[in-house]
Amino acid sequence: MIGGAVARPRYRPAHRRLPPLLTAGALVVSAVVLVPLAFLVVQAVQVGWAELRGLLFRHLTAMLVWNTVSLLVVVTVLCAVVGTLAAWFVERTDVPCRRLFAILVVIPLGVPDFVTSFGWRAIFPSIGGFWAAVLVMTLAVYPLVFLPVAASLRAADPAQEEVARSLGLGRVRTFTVGQARVAILGGAILVGLVVLAEFGAFEILGYQTLTTEIYNEFQVGFNEPAACALSLILVLLGAVFLGTERAVQGHGRTARLGAGAARQLRPVPLGRARPAVLSGLAALVVLALGVPVGAILYLMVRGGNSTLPPASLWIATANTFGYGAAAGAVATMAALPIALLSVRFPQRRVIALERTNMLVLAVPGLVVALSLTYLTEHFLQGRFYLTSPLLVLAYAIMFFPLAVVSVRAAVSRSPVGLEEVGRSLGVSRHSVLWRVTLPLIGPGLAAAFALVFLETATELTATLVLHPTGVETLATQFWAYQSNGSYSQAAPYAGVMVLIAAVPGYVLGRWFDRQPERASVAPAAAPSLRVAA
Amino acid sequence: MRPTRWRSGSRAPRRALLVAALAAVVLPLAGCAQGGATSSTGLTVYSGQHVQTTQALVAAFERESGISVSLRSEDEDVLADQIVTEGSHSPADVFYTENSPPLQYLASKGMLAPVDRATLANTPSRFNSPDGQWVGVSARVSVLVYNTLLLSRNEVPTSAMQLADPKWSGRIAISGSETDFQPIVTSVARTYGEQAALRWLESVKANAGSHDYPSSETVTSQVNSGQVALGIVNQYYWYRMRAEVGAAATHSAIAYFAPHDVGYVLDVSGAGILRSSTHQKAAQRFLAFLTSTAGQEIIAHSDSFEYPIASGVTTAQPETPFHQLQPNDISIEELGTGAEAIKLLQEAQLL
Repeated sequence: MIGGAVARPRYRPAHRRLPPLLTAGALVVSAVVLVPLAFLVVQAVQVGWAELRGLLFRHLTAMLVWNTVSLLVVVTVLCAVVGTLAAWFVERTDVPCRRLFAILVVIPLGVPDFVTSFGWRAIFPSIGGFWAAVLVMTLAVYPLVFLPVAASLRAADPAQEEVARSLGLGRVRTFTVGQARVAILGGAILVGLVVLAEFGAFEILGYQTLTTEIYNEFQVGFNEPAACALSLILVLLGAVFLGTERAVQGHGRTARLGAGAARQLRPVPLGRARPAVLSGLAALVVLALGVPVGAILYLMVRGGNSTLPPASLWIATANTFGYGAAAGAVATMAALPIALLSVRFPQRRVIALERTNMLVLAVPGLVVALSLTYLTEHFLQGRFYLTSPLLVLAYAIMFFPLAVVSVRAAVSRSPVGLEEVGRSLGVSRHSVLWRVTLPLIGPGLAAAFALVFLETATELTATLVLHPTGVETLATQFWAYQSNGSYSQAAPYAGVMVLIAAVPGYVLGRWFDRQPERASVAPAAAPSLRVAA
Repeated sequence: MRPTRWRSGSRAPRRALLVAALAAVVLPLAGCAQGGATSSTGLTVYSGQHVQTTQALVAAFERESGISVSLRSEDEDVLADQIVTEGSHSPADVFYTENSPPLQYLASKGMLAPVDRATLANTPSRFNSPDGQWVGVSARVSVLVYNTLLLSRNEVPTSAMQLADPKWSGRIAISGSETDFQPIVTSVARTYGEQAALRWLESVKANAGSHDYPSSETVTSQVNSGQVALGIVNQYYWYRMRAEVGAAATHSAIAYFAPHDVGYVLDVSGAGILRSSTHQKAAQRFLAFLTSTAGQEIIAHSDSFEYPIASGVTTAQPETPFHQLQPNDISIEELGTGAEAIKLLQEAQLL
C-alpha cells in the first residue's frame, strides 16, 4: 500500500503528449497573467536604451538593489525557519493547545503588512530601518511558509515517515527531504516575491527598496520610464530568485498510491522542551498578532477627532468581501491548468511557462494596474476601465502565483497512477478530472482560494488606481485615514481586515481537521472509481 | 472498504465546492455592478485635493446644479499620471489638484480645455493658468513647524537656506517625495542656480537622515510628538493636526520664514477640464462654482484650512490673514510642471 516518497531514477515525461484542452487553458491564462510584464517591456522599448542606461546605472539604483536583496535574503531565510518550525511543532508534536495555535499562527497573514508596521510604529515610534523591516516582514509573511508546510504534514501518511526512519534516516531529514520540501521551497519563493513587491510597510517604516522607489517615481516624477526601468530590475531579481529555487529542488516524487492507514499520527513527545516550545509559539503569536491587534485596540479606545468626513465601515467591508471572494475563485480556477500541467507533464517548456507566470508576483501592484489601464485604453476604447470585473482581474493576476503554488503542491501529492487507473478503466479524461483529480486536490484548492482572498482583502496600491469611482474597500479607507494622520479612525478598518483574515484562517484549519476525512482525502477517489467502473 | 460510502462522501464536497466557487464569482460581480458603471450622465472629478475640502464642495454643487458628481480622490501625481495613461478615453471630466504643477503638466501635453473667461475672472490672474487652461481655487504657504518643547521661537531658522547648516543634523524632517516639497526646490534653483540648489538639497537630505517621511502629515505629527525638532510643511497641515489632536496635545507651532524668503512659497490649488470630457458644459459649471462666492465660502470655513483666493472671500479660520502673508514672488510659470525640481531631487537621491 505504500508507494510514496520512493524516487524513480528517471521520470521522463517528455514522451507524453500534452493534453490539448489543458494546454490551451494554460496558454490563455498565461497570456492574461503576463500582460503586466509585456507592458513593462513595451514601455522600456519606447524609452530606448540610452535613457534606460542613465536611469539604471546610478548610485541610487545600486543602493536600492542592495537594500532590497539583503532584506530579501534575510527575511526569506527567517520565514522559512520560523514557518517550518511552527508548522512542525503545531502538526507533529504534543505541544499544548496545538489546534488553537494552528489557527493563531496563520492569522498574521491576513494582517496587512502595512498594518503590522503601523502597529509597531504606533507602539515604538522610533522604529525604522533595516532591522525594523526584517522584523515586520518576517512577522507578516512567515505564514506563507507555515500554510503549505502544515498542509503537507497533515496530508502525509505517517507510514511513509516510519518507513524512512526505519531505513535509518534521522527525524529532520525524513521530514524535509520527504514531505515538506516542495512546500517549504514553494513558501519561501512566495515570501521572497512578496518582499520584492511590498510597498506600504516599508513606506511607513521609512525603508527604501526598489518598490517604494518605483512608487515615488510614478507618483512624484510622473516618471514612467524610470519606474518601468526599476520594475524591470525587480522582475530580474525575481527571475534570479526563482532560478535558485529551481536549482535546489530535486527530482524525487512525493505522491503516493493507495489509501495508507487512515489513522491519527502519534505526536512526537517534546518532553522537557515542551515549555520552551510553548513559549516560543506564544511569543510568535504575541509579536505577529498581539502587537498589531493591540495597537489597533489602543488607538480605537484612545479615540480622537478627524477632519475627514465619516465613511461607512459596513459598505467597505462588503466590498472587500466581494472582491476577495471573486478574486480567490477566479485565481484558483485559472491556476488549475498550469498546476496540473507542470506536475503531470514537467517538460522544460511547461516548467518555463509556470516560472514565467510566477514572476508576476514581483511586479508592483501599481504596474499591474497601469498595464490594465493601458490595455483597456488601447484595445478596448476604455471599456471595462474602472469596473469591478477589471479590478478582480487585476487581483487574480497579482495573486495568481499564490494560487498556483497551493494547487501545485496538492497536485504533486496526488498520485498520477489513480488518474491512469481511471483512464484505463474507460472513464473519459474529463470525468477523471472531476471525479478523481479535483477531489484529490480539494484541500489545495481551498488553500489557494483562502490565500488569494486574504491577499486581495489587504491589497492597497492596485486598488487605489482601479477601484470603481465611489467604491471604497477596507484597505483604501484605512489608507485614506492613515495617510491623513487620523490613526484612530483608521484603526477600525484595520481591525475588520484582521477579522476577515481570521475567517479563512479558521476555515483552512477546520478543513484539514475533520479527522476521518483528513486521512482519506486521497483514498476517497479511488473507490469511487471502482464503483463507477 | 465500503465503496458506496466513499462515493457519496466524495461527491458532496465536490458539488459544494463548485456551488461555492460559482457563488463567490457571480454574487460580488452582480453586487458591484451598479458601482462599476461610472456615471454617463453626471460629472466625474479626479481630485488630488484633500477630501475635507472636496466633499463639502461637491455636495453643495450637486444641490445647486442638480448635476451628480462622482469623486475620485488620490494623490494628485498619481491621478495626473493616470489621466495621461487613460488618454482620450479618460473617465475624468475635471481634474482638481493641490498644487499647480500637475495641472501645468497636463496643460503642457495639451490635455486641458480652456476655462470660461467669466470663471477665470473670479480669481486674481496671477493665481490662474498663464494661458487660461485652468483656474486657481485656493492657496497655502510653506512654513516651518517646530516642537515647542525642543526649540524656542528665536532658535527656528528664518530662511530655508539655513536648513543646510550642519547644526540641524538629525533635527529636521522633510518629505522629499511629497509634491508640496517640489515648489521649494524650484524656488531655490531659480534664485541660486541648479548647482547651489543641488548642494542645498544634499545637505538638507543629510541633515534629515532618517527623518525623510512619506507625507507632510507624518512630518507634522513626528515634530509634534517630539521625534524631531523641526519640519518643513505647508501651513494647513499643522492647523489640521491641531484640530484633530486638540490644543492640549499640541506641542508644536508654526514659524513663518522671513518675508520673501526663498523657502516662503505660495502654492496654488486649481482645477481644469479635460479636453476629452464629454460633459464640457457641466464641467465649466463646476469650475464656476468652485470659484464663486458660495464655493469659496465653503473653503473659508472648511477643516482643510486653505486660503480662499477667489470672489473676494477671506478665510474664517484662525490663521494669519491672507493679505498679511509675505511669500516670495515666484510665479505659476516659474513653478512649471515640477520637472526641474524632480530632476534635482533625483540627483540628490531623494527620489
